[in-house]
Amino acid sequence: MNSPGDPAPPSGNEAAAEALLSERAPLMGASPAEVESPEVRIRRLSRRGFAIGGAAALAGFAGWRWLITRSQEGDLPWPIRRVLEFDERVAQAAFRPTRLSPEFPRASARMPRVNGMVGIAPSIDPAEWRLRVVGSAGARGARSLALDEIKALPRVEMTTELRCVEGWSEVVHWAGARLAELASVTGLATRGGQVPAAGTTTGELLEYVAMSTPNGQYYVGLDMASALHPQTLLCYEMDGHPLTLEHGAPLRLVIPVKYGFKSLKQIGTIAFTDLRPSDFWAERGYDWYAGH
Amino acid sequence: MARLERKHALATRVFHWTNALVLAVMIWSGLLIYWANGVYEISLGGITFVKFFPDWFYRVLQLDHRLAEGMAWHFTVMWFFALNGVFYVMYTFWSGEWRYLIPNRHTWAEAWQVVLHDMGIRNKPLPRRKFNGAQRLAYTGVVAMGALSLLTGLAIYKPVQLAWLTALLGGYPMARLEHFVLTMGYVGFFVIHITQVIRAGWNNFRAMVIGVELAHDQEVPYEFARRSSAAVRQ
Repeated sequence: MNSPGDPAPPSGNEAAAEALLSERAPLMGASPAEVESPEVRIRRLSRRGFAIGGAAALAGFAGWRWLITRSQEGDLPWPIRRVLEFDERVAQAAFRPTRLSPEFPRASARMPRVNGMVGIAPSIDPAEWRLRVVGSAGARGARSLALDEIKALPRVEMTTELRCVEGWSEVVHWAGARLAELASVTGLATRGGQVPAAGTTTGELLEYVAMSTPNGQYYVGLDMASALHPQTLLCYEMDGHPLTLEHGAPLRLVIPVKYGFKSLKQIGTIAFTDLRPSDFWAERGYDWYAGH
Repeated sequence: MARLERKHALATRVFHWTNALVLAVMIWSGLLIYWANGVYEISLGGITFVKFFPDWFYRVLQLDHRLAEGMAWHFTVMWFFALNGVFYVMYTFWSGEWRYLIPNRHTWAEAWQVVLHDMGIRNKPLPRRKFNGAQRLAYTGVVAMGALSLLTGLAIYKPVQLAWLTALLGGYPMARLEHFVLTMGYVGFFVIHITQVIRAGWNNFRAMVIGVELAHDQEVPYEFARRSSAAVRQ
């Protein structure tokens, strides 16, 4: 007996039922020439089915072997690198500089753990330290700035999440100047070397930013859109105090649209360039873009 | 007299086995990533009952110190996981197969009978079904979990561009936990699924490879045994 709401099974869709039957017909041995019993028939289908399944499994295994034996590019098989670059193009196409990393109440901020000291020189003298800023003309037109000149730029404070590639995160209070501001006042982020006016088209901007510690031992590469994001800061204070050495004194980068390893400590050189910069961790198997 | 009955379409079988492989790679690479900050545990009053995971677990399965490799595989295979899942759901609706899979008003009662039967409490055999109530819940549920894995994964993959999604899921650390809990859910699903496949026997398993099952003439064909109601029991 059917419940009132249910359509009656066979009459509900006769066309569909007929289609099912005709589909089933060859399996049931409807043809008069067919004398195979169902048991024999299913054994034959099994042999064929498992042979195809086994071949697919073997092909999959061979594909895996092929993949992991390709030549390495930045500590990854090159086809995997190509996929990461594809992911990067998708992410860049979807990137909007107006989307901000969420801000948190100042009181929820903590000091993050010290997780990497590569390239940090303990002997650096903040009074002697200079930031070198290089544009497309290389050494010609390069600028050298003292910390006070960075501090003279409009000060920005924000409380954002620092997200480590390892999987932990920490809410941190930062203070510093926008990297976009530095790009603007030096005019070095554009091909022509002019000061970009508001609404500068991307065509005039160089494609990348390369940053490194004074000794060159740690270095990161950034795409220009992420570098000019309004929350990308040249940071000189954390949690209301001047940077400590292990957090990158005298000046560090903080870039919430990337994993933490891009937030280079103790900046020595910032270079605006059209050449895709090398990146310390991308050379060690990580994604170059690493964007959030 | 026996007959052959079509059970799983070729598309269903391809989706199923593709997903089995792809999900395995996603879980493996996910563990390589999780190792780098393997902090989750079940504890109460300072006593830890389960640690995800003890050191020997990573050591035995060689999951330690492979974060970069894990991320690279995860962000490669994610496309296949997502596309296979989306195409499967589309196919299910296009083919009408959803009628066998989506829970209906009889499902919970029937699933309870399945549980009683499998625990040996109910002695009467269960009515013949392509998928019984417990299976409807499990197979619809695991697809919903897949969708949630995709969403929680996106929330921790692009927490700035998709900040609204991350916030909706309770924030970045919470979304990461949810992503992990879902993965543990797949492991639970896998254990029960494999147990039930073994219990159901060879005829049932073979149908997921070759598509057809050996049935007896007096058994109701699956397409007419769809509804769980008195209609089939009479």
